[in-house]
Amino acid sequence: MSGSEWTDPRPMSPHLQVWKWHWTMASSIFHRVSGVGNYLGALLVSAWLIALASGAEAYGAVEAVMLHPVGQILLFFWLVSVLFHLANGLRHLIWDGPKAGFDPKVASMWSIVNFAFGIVAAAIIWSLATNLF
Amino acid sequence: MTTNFKTPTAAARGLGSAKSGTGHHIKQRVSAIALLFLVPWFLYAVIAASRGGFDGATVWLAQPWNAILMILTLGAAFYHMRLGMQVIIEDYIHKAGMKQGLLILNTFVCVGLFTATALSVLKVWISAGL
Repeated sequence: MSGSEWTDPRPMSPHLQVWKWHWTMASSIFHRVSGVGNYLGALLVSAWLIALASGAEAYGAVEAVMLHPVGQILLFFWLVSVLFHLANGLRHLIWDGPKAGFDPKVASMWSIVNFAFGIVAAAIIWSLATNLF
Repeated sequence: MTTNFKTPTAAARGLGSAKSGTGHHIKQRVSAIALLFLVPWFLYAVIAASRGGFDGATVWLAQPWNAILMILTLGAAFYHMRLGMQVIIEDYIHKAGMKQGLLILNTFVCVGLFTATALSVLKVWISAGL
């Protein structure tokens, strides 16, 4: 688009390709990406619960998929996705309710914290789940 | 930024573009508040339940509180998922027919999975006879 022909006075929604990557923009788009990831993970959780009600044989099949290295990697990514979406979603609620944290520096720092929380908390939970139980 | 972008008809009606955006927003936030409490429990629960294989998971899910919280989590999660995916479809899919088809599919998947998983929890709970 040449740009100069644009005559509509309404503000144009910025498109992904013309955005400069920065932390708040990244946390925004990854909130959506992780939401889709959580959606896909919910299909796995559903399979687990339905198999549990179906009997030992069906449960064994689902368990084998989840304990397979590929299943374990998917589960770990799903855990990161859930935890990031949880932390970033809490920030959305704080933005909407108390309306705190809109200062650009605070917002950027908070975005970094949300990403870090997703990865670090997933690693801690994974390590506790595999070692302590 | 004083330009008013509303058409005279839109201003007279006093409603948003689709007349339902505020309701959608509030539903998404309320289910988010529920999930803020339910998801941490759920993560702990799934790890605890899946440690003992089929028998362990059955005994675990047969505990009344676990069954209740699991169904609450499923309800809030599938509701929240449906709302979120609805917005994504509306944002990126503009082809008539395809858009409506995906929106319907999204609803069917979320309602269908909620029904199947909630009944699964009830079956395990009731079968245990606690």
